[in-house]
Amino acid sequence: MSSASVQIIQAVMLLLFAPLAAGFISTCKARLQNRRGAGVLQPWRNLRKLFKKEVVMAHHASWVFRFAPYIVFTATLMAASVVPALLVDTPLSLTADVIALVALLALARFFLALAGMDIGTAFGGMGASREMTFSALAEPAMLMSIFVLSLSAHSTNLTTMITHTINTPFALHPSLAFAMVAMVMIAVAENGRIPIDNPTTHLELTMIHEAMILEYSGRHLALLEWAAMVKLLLFSTLIVDLFMPWGMTAQADLTGVAIALGLWMVKVAGLLFVLALFETSMAKLRLFEVPEYLSGAFVISFLGLLSYYMLEVGA
Amino acid sequence: MSAILIQQLVDGFAALMLLTSFALLAQHRMLSVLHWFAGQGLLLAATAAIVAYGTDNEELYISALMALLLKGMLLPWLLRRVIRQLHVHREVEPLMNSSMTMLVALGVTLFSFHIIQPIEKTSLLMTRDSMAIATACVLLGMLMMITRKKAITQVIGFLAVENALFFAAIGATNGMPLVVEIGIAFDVLIAALIFGLFFFQIRTTFDSLEVDTMNAHLIHKDDDE
Repeated sequence: MSSASVQIIQAVMLLLFAPLAAGFISTCKARLQNRRGAGVLQPWRNLRKLFKKEVVMAHHASWVFRFAPYIVFTATLMAASVVPALLVDTPLSLTADVIALVALLALARFFLALAGMDIGTAFGGMGASREMTFSALAEPAMLMSIFVLSLSAHSTNLTTMITHTINTPFALHPSLAFAMVAMVMIAVAENGRIPIDNPTTHLELTMIHEAMILEYSGRHLALLEWAAMVKLLLFSTLIVDLFMPWGMTAQADLTGVAIALGLWMVKVAGLLFVLALFETSMAKLRLFEVPEYLSGAFVISFLGLLSYYMLEVGA
Repeated sequence: MSAILIQQLVDGFAALMLLTSFALLAQHRMLSVLHWFAGQGLLLAATAAIVAYGTDNEELYISALMALLLKGMLLPWLLRRVIRQLHVHREVEPLMNSSMTMLVALGVTLFSFHIIQPIEKTSLLMTRDSMAIATACVLLGMLMMITRKKAITQVIGFLAVENALFFAAIGATNGMPLVVEIGIAFDVLIAALIFGLFFFQIRTTFDSLEVDTMNAHLIHKDDDE
Protein backbone atom coordinates (compact mmCIF):
# COMPACT_ATOMS: atom_id res chain seq x y z
CA MET A 1 0.00 0.00 0.00
CA SER A 2 1.25 3.45 -0.79
CA SER A 3 0.94 6.13 1.82
CA ALA A 4 -1.29 8.15 -0.53
CA SER A 5 -3.88 5.38 -0.58
CA VAL A 6 -3.79 5.17 3.22
CA GLN A 7 -4.35 8.92 3.27
CA ILE A 8 -7.45 8.51 1.13
CA ILE A 9 -8.69 5.55 3.19
CA GLN A 10 -8.26 7.66 6.32
CA ALA A 11 -10.32 10.56 4.99
CA VAL A 12 -13.10 8.32 3.64
CA MET A 13 -13.09 6.38 6.89
CA LEU A 14 -13.59 9.51 9.00
CA LEU A 15 -16.39 10.57 6.67
CA LEU A 16 -18.21 7.22 6.71
CA PHE A 17 -17.64 6.43 10.37
CA ALA A 18 -18.79 9.84 11.60
CA PRO A 19 -22.54 9.01 11.55
CA LEU A 20 -21.73 5.64 13.11
CA ALA A 21 -19.87 7.42 15.91
CA ALA A 22 -22.87 9.66 16.50
CA GLY A 23 -25.09 6.58 16.52
CA PHE A 24 -22.72 4.86 18.92
CA ILE A 25 -22.98 7.74 21.40
CA SER A 26 -26.77 7.86 21.25
CA THR A 27 -26.97 4.07 21.63
CA CYS A 28 -24.63 4.20 24.64
CA LYS A 29 -26.73 6.98 26.14
CA ALA A 30 -29.91 5.05 25.51
CA ARG A 31 -28.53 1.95 27.20
CA LEU A 32 -27.27 3.99 30.15
CA GLN A 33 -30.76 5.42 30.53
CA ASN A 34 -32.42 1.97 30.31
CA ARG A 35 -33.80 2.60 26.83
CA ARG A 36 -33.30 0.42 23.80
CA GLY A 37 -32.22 3.20 21.49
CA ALA A 38 -32.61 3.48 17.74
CA GLY A 39 -29.44 1.62 16.88
CA VAL A 40 -26.02 2.62 15.62
CA LEU A 41 -27.23 3.08 12.03
CA GLN A 42 -29.96 5.61 12.83
CA PRO A 43 -27.89 8.74 11.91
CA TRP A 44 -27.22 7.16 8.50
CA ARG A 45 -30.94 6.57 7.99
CA ASN A 46 -31.64 10.18 9.00
CA LEU A 47 -29.07 11.46 6.54
CA ARG A 48 -30.48 9.33 3.72
CA LYS A 49 -33.96 10.59 4.45
CA LEU A 50 -32.81 14.21 4.49
CA PHE A 51 -30.88 13.85 1.22
CA LYS A 52 -34.05 12.64 -0.50
CA LYS A 53 -36.15 15.50 0.78
CA GLU A 54 -36.86 18.71 -1.06
CA VAL A 55 -35.05 21.88 0.01
CA VAL A 56 -37.29 24.60 1.35
CA MET A 57 -35.79 28.06 1.47
CA ALA A 58 -36.89 31.44 2.72
CA HIS A 59 -37.75 33.93 -0.05
CA HIS A 60 -35.10 36.43 0.93
CA ALA A 61 -32.34 33.92 1.54
CA SER A 62 -29.17 35.09 -0.25
CA TRP A 63 -26.37 33.04 -1.79
CA VAL A 64 -24.65 32.88 1.61
CA PHE A 65 -27.47 30.77 2.97
CA ARG A 66 -27.37 28.50 -0.09
CA PHE A 67 -23.61 27.99 -0.17
CA ALA A 68 -22.90 27.82 3.55
CA PRO A 69 -23.69 24.08 3.93
CA TYR A 70 -21.26 23.19 1.13
CA ILE A 71 -18.52 25.45 2.54
CA VAL A 72 -19.02 24.13 6.07
CA PHE A 73 -18.98 20.53 4.89
CA THR A 74 -15.92 21.00 2.67
CA ALA A 75 -13.93 22.85 5.32
CA THR A 76 -14.73 20.18 7.91
CA LEU A 77 -13.86 17.42 5.46
CA MET A 78 -10.54 19.11 4.62
CA ALA A 79 -9.76 19.38 8.31
CA ALA A 80 -10.65 15.70 8.77
CA SER A 81 -8.49 14.59 5.86
CA VAL A 82 -5.28 16.20 7.12
CA VAL A 83 -5.52 14.79 10.67
CA PRO A 84 -3.48 11.59 10.84
CA ALA A 85 -5.59 8.73 12.16
CA LEU A 86 -3.72 5.60 11.15
CA LEU A 87 -0.49 6.59 9.44
CA VAL A 88 1.83 9.07 11.14
CA ASP A 89 3.56 10.45 8.08
CA THR A 90 1.03 11.00 5.30
CA PRO A 91 1.58 12.89 2.01
CA LEU A 92 -0.51 15.73 3.40
CA SER A 93 1.38 15.76 6.71
CA LEU A 94 3.05 19.07 5.91
CA THR A 95 -0.37 20.68 5.95
CA ALA A 96 -1.38 18.87 9.14
CA ASP A 97 -0.58 21.87 11.24
CA VAL A 98 -2.72 22.49 14.29
CA ILE A 99 -3.07 26.19 13.63
CA ALA A 100 -4.23 25.52 10.07
CA LEU A 101 -6.67 22.98 11.46
CA VAL A 102 -8.13 25.51 13.89
CA ALA A 103 -8.36 28.01 11.04
CA LEU A 104 -10.29 25.53 8.85
CA LEU A 105 -12.75 24.90 11.65
CA ALA A 106 -13.04 28.66 12.22
CA LEU A 107 -13.85 29.10 8.52
CA ALA A 108 -16.66 26.57 8.82
CA ARG A 109 -17.94 28.28 11.92
CA PHE A 110 -17.75 31.72 10.30
CA PHE A 111 -19.96 30.66 7.40
CA LEU A 112 -22.36 28.84 9.68
CA ALA A 113 -22.78 32.01 11.73
CA LEU A 114 -23.26 34.10 8.56
CA ALA A 115 -25.90 31.66 7.33
CA GLY A 116 -27.62 31.81 10.70
CA MET A 117 -27.90 35.58 10.40
CA ASP A 118 -28.66 35.65 6.67
CA ILE A 119 -32.37 34.96 6.70
CA GLY A 120 -32.93 37.40 9.52
CA THR A 121 -34.87 35.21 11.94
CA ALA A 122 -34.39 35.91 15.61
CA PHE A 123 -33.14 32.44 16.44
CA GLY A 124 -30.50 32.37 13.72
CA GLY A 125 -29.01 35.66 14.91
CA MET A 126 -29.16 34.58 18.53
CA GLY A 127 -27.47 31.25 17.81
CA ALA A 128 -24.80 32.95 15.69
CA SER A 129 -23.99 35.51 18.36
CA ARG A 130 -23.77 32.82 21.05
CA GLU A 131 -21.60 30.60 18.89
CA MET A 132 -19.16 33.42 18.14
CA THR A 133 -19.00 34.51 21.80
CA PHE A 134 -18.21 31.03 23.03
CA SER A 135 -15.79 30.18 20.24
CA ALA A 136 -13.85 33.38 20.97
CA LEU A 137 -13.26 31.93 24.42
CA ALA A 138 -12.77 28.32 23.34
CA GLU A 139 -10.21 28.86 20.59
CA PRO A 140 -7.43 30.40 22.73
CA ALA A 141 -7.88 27.64 25.29
CA MET A 142 -7.64 24.97 22.60
CA LEU A 143 -4.51 26.49 21.08
CA MET A 144 -3.00 26.92 24.55
CA SER A 145 -3.51 23.26 25.40
CA ILE A 146 -1.97 22.21 22.10
CA PHE A 147 0.99 24.54 22.70
CA VAL A 148 1.78 22.59 25.86
CA LEU A 149 2.55 19.62 23.62
CA SER A 150 4.23 21.76 21.00
CA LEU A 151 6.66 23.01 23.63
CA SER A 152 8.25 19.62 24.09
CA ALA A 153 7.92 18.61 20.43
CA HIS A 154 9.14 22.05 19.19
CA SER A 155 6.51 22.07 16.47
CA THR A 156 2.83 22.66 15.87
CA ASN A 157 2.82 20.09 13.11
CA LEU A 158 0.72 17.09 14.08
CA THR A 159 3.02 14.53 12.46
CA THR A 160 6.07 15.90 14.28
CA MET A 161 4.18 16.01 17.58
CA ILE A 162 2.93 12.44 17.22
CA THR A 163 6.39 11.16 16.28
CA HIS A 164 7.83 12.94 19.31
CA THR A 165 5.25 11.40 21.66
CA ILE A 166 5.75 7.89 20.27
CA ASN A 167 9.53 8.11 20.46
CA THR A 168 9.90 9.48 23.99
CA PRO A 169 9.74 6.84 26.73
CA PHE A 170 6.55 6.83 28.75
CA ALA A 171 6.65 9.07 31.80
CA LEU A 172 4.22 10.90 34.03
CA HIS A 173 3.83 14.40 32.63
CA PRO A 174 1.57 16.61 34.76
CA SER A 175 1.56 19.23 32.01
CA LEU A 176 0.12 16.74 29.51
CA ALA A 177 -2.58 15.71 31.97
CA PHE A 178 -3.62 19.35 32.34
CA ALA A 179 -3.53 19.83 28.58
CA MET A 180 -5.65 16.74 28.02
CA VAL A 181 -8.30 17.77 30.53
CA ALA A 182 -8.47 21.23 28.94
CA MET A 183 -8.62 19.73 25.46
CA VAL A 184 -11.47 17.39 26.37
CA MET A 185 -13.38 20.28 27.95
CA ILE A 186 -12.91 22.34 24.77
CA ALA A 187 -13.85 19.42 22.53
CA VAL A 188 -17.11 19.06 24.44
CA ALA A 189 -17.81 22.77 24.07
CA GLU A 190 -16.81 22.97 20.39
CA ASN A 191 -19.03 20.08 19.43
CA GLY A 192 -21.99 21.48 21.30
CA ARG A 193 -22.43 18.54 23.63
CA ILE A 194 -23.80 18.54 27.18
CA PRO A 195 -23.03 20.50 29.43
CA ILE A 196 -22.62 23.36 26.91
CA ASP A 197 -25.28 22.66 24.34
CA ASN A 198 -27.68 19.80 23.87
CA PRO A 199 -27.50 18.41 20.32
CA THR A 200 -30.93 16.80 20.60
CA THR A 201 -32.82 19.79 21.90
CA HIS A 202 -35.03 22.22 20.07
CA LEU A 203 -35.85 24.21 23.16
CA GLU A 204 -35.41 27.79 22.00
CA LEU A 205 -33.73 29.37 24.99
CA THR A 206 -30.83 26.95 25.23
CA MET A 207 -29.97 26.26 21.60
CA ILE A 208 -26.65 27.31 20.13
CA HIS A 209 -25.81 25.09 17.19
CA GLU A 210 -29.40 24.06 16.48
CA ALA A 211 -30.52 27.70 16.46
CA MET A 212 -28.22 28.50 13.57
CA ILE A 213 -29.37 25.61 11.39
CA LEU A 214 -33.04 25.88 12.33
CA GLU A 215 -34.08 27.19 8.90
CA TYR A 216 -32.26 24.53 6.89
CA SER A 217 -33.96 21.57 5.32
CA GLY A 218 -33.33 18.74 2.91
CA ARG A 219 -29.82 18.10 1.65
CA HIS A 220 -28.54 21.35 3.15
CA LEU A 221 -29.54 20.19 6.62
CA ALA A 222 -28.10 16.75 5.89
CA LEU A 223 -24.73 18.26 4.95
CA LEU A 224 -24.64 20.45 8.06
CA GLU A 225 -25.51 17.56 10.36
CA TRP A 226 -23.00 15.33 8.66
CA ALA A 227 -20.35 18.04 9.08
CA ALA A 228 -21.18 18.24 12.79
CA MET A 229 -20.73 14.46 13.12
CA VAL A 230 -17.43 14.56 11.23
CA LYS A 231 -16.29 17.35 13.55
CA LEU A 232 -17.03 15.21 16.59
CA LEU A 233 -15.03 12.31 15.19
CA LEU A 234 -12.30 14.76 14.15
CA PHE A 235 -11.94 16.05 17.69
CA SER A 236 -11.84 12.52 19.13
CA THR A 237 -9.16 11.58 16.62
CA LEU A 238 -7.24 14.75 17.49
CA ILE A 239 -7.32 13.91 21.21
CA VAL A 240 -6.19 10.37 20.48
CA ASP A 241 -3.42 11.71 18.20
CA LEU A 242 -2.12 14.22 20.70
CA PHE A 243 -2.33 12.32 23.97
CA MET A 244 -2.35 8.58 23.21
CA PRO A 245 -0.93 8.00 19.74
CA TRP A 246 0.63 4.63 20.60
CA GLY A 247 -0.15 2.05 17.96
CA MET A 248 -0.19 4.40 14.99
CA THR A 249 1.89 3.00 12.21
CA ALA A 250 4.91 4.65 10.63
CA GLN A 251 4.96 2.43 7.51
CA ALA A 252 2.08 2.02 5.11
CA ASP A 253 2.03 -1.81 5.13
CA LEU A 254 -1.13 -3.83 5.48
CA THR A 255 -0.59 -5.31 8.96
CA GLY A 256 0.55 -1.99 10.41
CA VAL A 257 -2.48 -0.18 9.05
CA ALA A 258 -4.82 -2.96 10.23
CA ILE A 259 -3.41 -2.83 13.78
CA ALA A 260 -3.56 0.98 13.76
CA LEU A 261 -7.16 0.85 12.56
CA GLY A 262 -8.18 -1.56 15.31
CA LEU A 263 -6.47 0.45 18.03
CA TRP A 264 -7.87 3.71 16.68
CA MET A 265 -11.40 2.27 16.80
CA VAL A 266 -10.92 1.04 20.37
CA LYS A 267 -9.49 4.37 21.55
CA VAL A 268 -12.13 6.50 19.84
CA ALA A 269 -14.93 4.21 21.02
CA GLY A 270 -13.56 4.49 24.57
CA LEU A 271 -13.54 8.29 24.35
CA LEU A 272 -17.06 8.39 22.94
CA PHE A 273 -18.30 6.05 25.66
CA VAL A 274 -16.83 8.34 28.32
CA LEU A 275 -18.60 11.24 26.59
CA ALA A 276 -21.90 9.34 26.68
CA LEU A 277 -21.32 8.58 30.37
CA PHE A 278 -20.73 12.25 31.14
CA GLU A 279 -23.72 13.34 29.08
CA THR A 280 -25.94 10.97 31.01
CA SER A 281 -24.71 11.99 34.41
CA MET A 282 -24.54 15.75 33.93
CA ALA A 283 -27.10 18.47 33.42
CA LYS A 284 -26.69 21.30 30.95
CA LEU A 285 -24.99 24.41 32.30
CA ARG A 286 -26.88 27.65 32.46
CA LEU A 287 -25.90 29.70 29.41
CA PHE A 288 -24.26 32.41 31.49
CA GLU A 289 -22.06 29.84 33.19
CA VAL A 290 -20.55 28.72 29.89
CA PRO A 291 -17.95 31.54 29.75
CA GLU A 292 -16.85 30.45 33.21
CA TYR A 293 -16.53 26.84 32.04
CA LEU A 294 -14.46 27.96 29.06
CA SER A 295 -12.24 30.25 31.11
CA GLY A 296 -11.80 27.29 33.46
CA ALA A 297 -10.53 25.27 30.49
CA PHE A 298 -8.20 28.14 29.62
CA VAL A 299 -6.87 28.28 33.18
CA ILE A 300 -6.26 24.53 33.19
CA SER A 301 -4.36 24.64 29.91
CA PHE A 302 -2.35 27.58 31.20
CA LEU A 303 -1.55 25.56 34.32
CA GLY A 304 -0.31 22.86 31.97
CA LEU A 305 1.98 25.39 30.34
CA LEU A 306 3.24 26.63 33.71
CA SER A 307 3.80 23.16 35.12
CA TYR A 308 5.73 22.27 31.99
CA TYR A 309 8.16 25.09 32.76
CA MET A 310 8.10 24.54 36.52
CA LEU A 311 8.42 20.77 36.66
CA GLU A 312 9.64 19.38 33.40
CA VAL A 313 12.17 21.72 31.81
CA GLY A 314 14.71 21.57 34.60
CA ALA A 315 14.15 17.90 35.36
CA MET B 1 10.42 2.12 42.95
CA SER B 2 13.11 3.90 41.03
CA ALA B 3 14.29 7.41 41.88
CA ILE B 4 12.99 8.75 38.58
CA LEU B 5 9.51 7.40 39.20
CA ILE B 6 9.48 8.92 42.69
CA GLN B 7 10.57 12.26 41.30
CA GLN B 8 7.83 12.08 38.67
CA LEU B 9 5.27 11.22 41.34
CA VAL B 10 6.40 14.17 43.48
CA ASP B 11 6.13 16.43 40.44
CA GLY B 12 2.70 15.05 39.65
CA PHE B 13 1.52 15.66 43.21
CA ALA B 14 2.95 19.18 43.04
CA ALA B 15 0.93 19.83 39.89
CA LEU B 16 -2.18 18.47 41.60
CA MET B 17 -1.46 20.72 44.58
CA LEU B 18 -1.47 23.72 42.25
CA LEU B 19 -4.71 22.45 40.74
CA THR B 20 -6.39 22.18 44.17
CA SER B 21 -5.28 25.72 45.02
CA PHE B 22 -6.91 26.99 41.83
CA ALA B 23 -9.98 24.86 42.42
CA LEU B 24 -10.39 26.32 45.93
CA LEU B 25 -10.50 29.76 44.33
CA ALA B 26 -12.94 28.74 41.61
CA GLN B 27 -15.61 27.02 43.72
CA HIS B 28 -19.01 28.59 44.20
CA ARG B 29 -20.37 26.50 47.03
CA MET B 30 -19.11 26.36 50.55
CA LEU B 31 -19.25 22.57 50.76
CA SER B 32 -17.33 22.06 47.51
CA VAL B 33 -14.67 24.46 48.79
CA LEU B 34 -14.45 22.21 51.82
CA HIS B 35 -14.19 19.06 49.70
CA TRP B 36 -11.30 20.52 47.72
CA PHE B 37 -9.68 21.57 50.98
CA ALA B 38 -9.95 18.00 52.29
CA GLY B 39 -8.53 16.77 48.99
CA GLN B 40 -5.58 19.12 49.39
CA GLY B 41 -4.95 17.68 52.85
CA LEU B 42 -4.96 14.11 51.52
CA LEU B 43 -2.65 15.14 48.68
CA LEU B 44 -0.29 16.67 51.21
CA ALA B 45 -0.21 13.42 53.18
CA ALA B 46 0.47 11.43 50.01
CA THR B 47 3.31 13.78 48.99
CA ALA B 48 4.88 13.55 52.44
CA ALA B 49 4.68 9.75 52.34
CA ILE B 50 6.26 9.58 48.87
CA VAL B 51 9.08 11.94 49.85
CA ALA B 52 9.58 9.96 53.05
CA TYR B 53 9.89 6.78 51.00
CA GLY B 54 12.24 8.45 48.52
CA THR B 55 14.58 9.94 51.12
CA ASP B 56 14.32 7.19 53.77
CA ASN B 57 13.26 9.82 56.27
CA GLU B 58 11.23 8.08 58.96
CA GLU B 59 10.11 11.25 60.70
CA LEU B 60 8.37 12.33 57.52
CA TYR B 61 6.10 9.28 57.74
CA ILE B 62 4.82 10.65 61.04
CA SER B 63 4.26 14.05 59.41
CA ALA B 64 2.40 12.30 56.60
CA LEU B 65 0.19 10.50 59.10
CA MET B 66 -0.48 13.76 60.95
CA ALA B 67 -1.36 15.52 57.69
CA LEU B 68 -3.70 12.68 56.79
CA LEU B 69 -5.54 12.69 60.10
CA LEU B 70 -5.50 16.41 60.81
CA LYS B 71 -5.66 18.15 57.44
CA GLY B 72 -7.38 15.48 55.44
CA MET B 73 -10.03 14.47 57.97
CA LEU B 74 -10.31 16.34 61.26
CA LEU B 75 -10.18 19.97 60.06
CA PRO B 76 -12.60 19.47 57.14
CA TRP B 77 -14.94 17.60 59.48
CA LEU B 78 -14.80 20.40 62.08
CA LEU B 79 -15.42 23.07 59.46
CA ARG B 80 -18.21 21.05 57.91
CA ARG B 81 -19.94 20.86 61.29
CA VAL B 82 -19.59 24.61 61.77
CA ILE B 83 -20.98 25.26 58.27
CA ARG B 84 -23.94 22.95 58.91
CA GLN B 85 -24.72 24.56 62.25
CA LEU B 86 -24.42 28.09 60.92
CA HIS B 87 -26.46 27.28 57.77
CA VAL B 88 -24.00 29.05 55.49
CA HIS B 89 -23.43 26.22 53.03
CA ARG B 90 -24.97 28.02 50.08
CA GLU B 91 -22.96 30.47 48.02
CA VAL B 92 -19.44 31.70 48.44
CA GLU B 93 -19.42 35.44 47.81
CA PRO B 94 -16.25 36.63 46.14
CA LEU B 95 -15.34 40.30 45.93
CA MET B 96 -14.14 40.01 42.33
CA ASN B 97 -15.83 37.98 39.62
CA SER B 98 -14.39 34.56 39.16
CA SER B 99 -12.71 35.04 35.75
CA MET B 100 -10.90 38.09 37.11
CA THR B 101 -9.78 36.14 40.18
CA MET B 102 -8.50 33.37 37.92
CA LEU B 103 -6.48 35.82 35.84
CA VAL B 104 -4.95 37.34 38.99
CA ALA B 105 -4.24 33.81 40.22
CA LEU B 106 -2.41 32.98 36.99
CA GLY B 107 -0.39 36.18 37.36
CA VAL B 108 0.49 35.27 40.93
CA THR B 109 1.63 31.83 39.81
CA LEU B 110 3.82 33.29 37.08
CA PHE B 111 5.29 35.75 39.58
CA SER B 112 6.20 33.05 42.10
CA PHE B 113 7.71 30.93 39.34
CA HIS B 114 9.79 33.93 38.30
CA ILE B 115 11.16 34.64 41.77
CA ILE B 116 11.80 31.03 42.73
CA GLN B 117 13.62 30.02 39.56
CA PRO B 118 17.08 31.33 40.63
CA ILE B 119 16.74 29.64 44.03
CA GLU B 120 15.75 26.35 42.47
CA LYS B 121 19.00 26.18 40.53
CA THR B 122 21.03 26.05 43.74
CA SER B 123 19.12 23.08 45.17
CA LEU B 124 20.04 19.46 44.58
CA LEU B 125 17.04 17.87 46.29
CA MET B 126 14.70 15.72 44.24
CA THR B 127 11.82 17.89 45.39
CA ARG B 128 13.35 21.14 44.13
CA ASP B 129 10.87 21.51 41.29
CA SER B 130 7.96 21.77 43.68
CA MET B 131 9.28 24.88 45.46
CA ALA B 132 7.87 27.31 42.90
CA ILE B 133 4.51 25.57 43.14
CA ALA B 134 4.56 25.70 46.95
CA THR B 135 5.23 29.45 46.83
CA ALA B 136 2.44 29.89 44.31
CA CYS B 137 0.07 27.95 46.58
CA VAL B 138 0.94 30.18 49.55
CA LEU B 139 0.16 33.26 47.49
CA LEU B 140 -3.02 31.70 46.12
CA GLY B 141 -4.21 30.96 49.66
CA MET B 142 -3.58 34.61 50.53
CA LEU B 143 -5.48 35.65 47.41
CA MET B 144 -8.38 33.54 48.62
CA MET B 145 -8.25 35.31 51.98
CA ILE B 146 -8.44 38.77 50.44
CA THR B 147 -11.05 38.09 47.77
CA ARG B 148 -13.73 36.50 49.95
CA LYS B 149 -16.38 38.24 52.01
CA LYS B 150 -17.29 35.54 54.49
CA ALA B 151 -15.17 34.75 57.49
CA ILE B 152 -15.35 30.98 56.92
CA THR B 153 -13.86 31.08 53.42
CA GLN B 154 -11.16 33.40 54.72
CA VAL B 155 -10.31 30.82 57.37
CA ILE B 156 -10.16 28.09 54.73
CA GLY B 157 -7.81 30.36 52.79
CA PHE B 158 -5.66 30.67 55.91
CA LEU B 159 -5.58 26.89 56.36
CA ALA B 160 -4.71 26.50 52.68
CA VAL B 161 -1.73 28.82 53.25
CA GLU B 162 -0.68 26.57 56.11
CA ASN B 163 -1.02 23.50 53.85
CA ALA B 164 1.15 25.20 51.25
CA LEU B 165 3.79 26.08 53.85
CA PHE B 166 3.91 22.43 54.92
CA PHE B 167 4.29 21.50 51.27
CA ALA B 168 7.06 24.08 50.89
CA ALA B 169 8.82 22.59 53.91
CA ILE B 170 8.70 19.12 52.36
CA GLY B 171 9.94 20.53 49.07
CA ALA B 172 12.70 22.78 50.35
CA THR B 173 14.20 20.80 53.23
CA ASN B 174 12.47 17.41 53.14
CA GLY B 175 10.38 18.35 56.18
CA MET B 176 10.92 20.39 59.30
CA PRO B 177 12.13 18.82 62.57
CA LEU B 178 9.37 16.67 64.03
CA VAL B 179 9.00 18.80 67.17
CA VAL B 180 8.34 21.92 65.10
CA GLU B 181 5.90 20.06 62.91
CA ILE B 182 3.92 18.63 65.82
CA GLY B 183 3.85 22.10 67.36
CA ILE B 184 2.50 23.67 64.17
CA ALA B 185 -0.04 20.91 63.72
CA PHE B 186 -1.47 21.49 67.18
CA ASP B 187 -1.40 25.25 66.67
CA VAL B 188 -3.46 24.84 63.53
CA LEU B 189 -5.86 22.48 65.26
CA ILE B 190 -6.37 24.89 68.17
CA ALA B 191 -6.67 27.81 65.74
CA ALA B 192 -9.38 25.96 63.83
CA LEU B 193 -11.25 25.18 67.06
CA ILE B 194 -11.04 28.81 68.17
CA PHE B 195 -12.12 30.00 64.71
CA GLY B 196 -15.10 27.68 65.02
CA LEU B 197 -16.09 29.26 68.31
CA PHE B 198 -15.45 32.72 66.90
CA PHE B 199 -17.83 32.12 64.02
CA PHE B 200 -20.69 31.62 66.47
CA GLN B 201 -19.63 34.66 68.50
CA ILE B 202 -19.29 36.81 65.40
CA ARG B 203 -22.71 35.81 64.19
CA THR B 204 -24.47 36.43 67.47
CA THR B 205 -22.78 39.84 67.76
CA PHE B 206 -23.02 41.07 64.17
CA ASP B 207 -25.85 38.92 62.74
CA SER B 208 -23.65 38.06 59.78
CA LEU B 209 -20.38 36.38 58.87
CA GLU B 210 -19.46 38.99 56.30
CA VAL B 211 -16.36 40.92 57.19
CA ASP B 212 -17.69 44.16 55.71
CA THR B 213 -20.62 44.24 58.12
CA MET B 214 -18.19 43.94 61.01
CA ASN B 215 -16.31 47.00 59.77
CA ALA B 216 -19.56 48.88 59.24
CA HIS B 217 -20.65 47.96 62.74
CA LEU B 218 -17.43 49.21 64.29
CA ILE B 219 -17.45 52.46 62.32
CA HIS B 220 -21.05 53.01 63.32
CA LYS B 221 -20.08 52.48 66.96
CA ASP B 222 -17.32 55.07 66.65
CA ASP B 223 -19.86 57.56 65.37
CA ASP B 224 -22.06 56.98 68.38
CA GLU B 225 -19.31 57.70 70.86
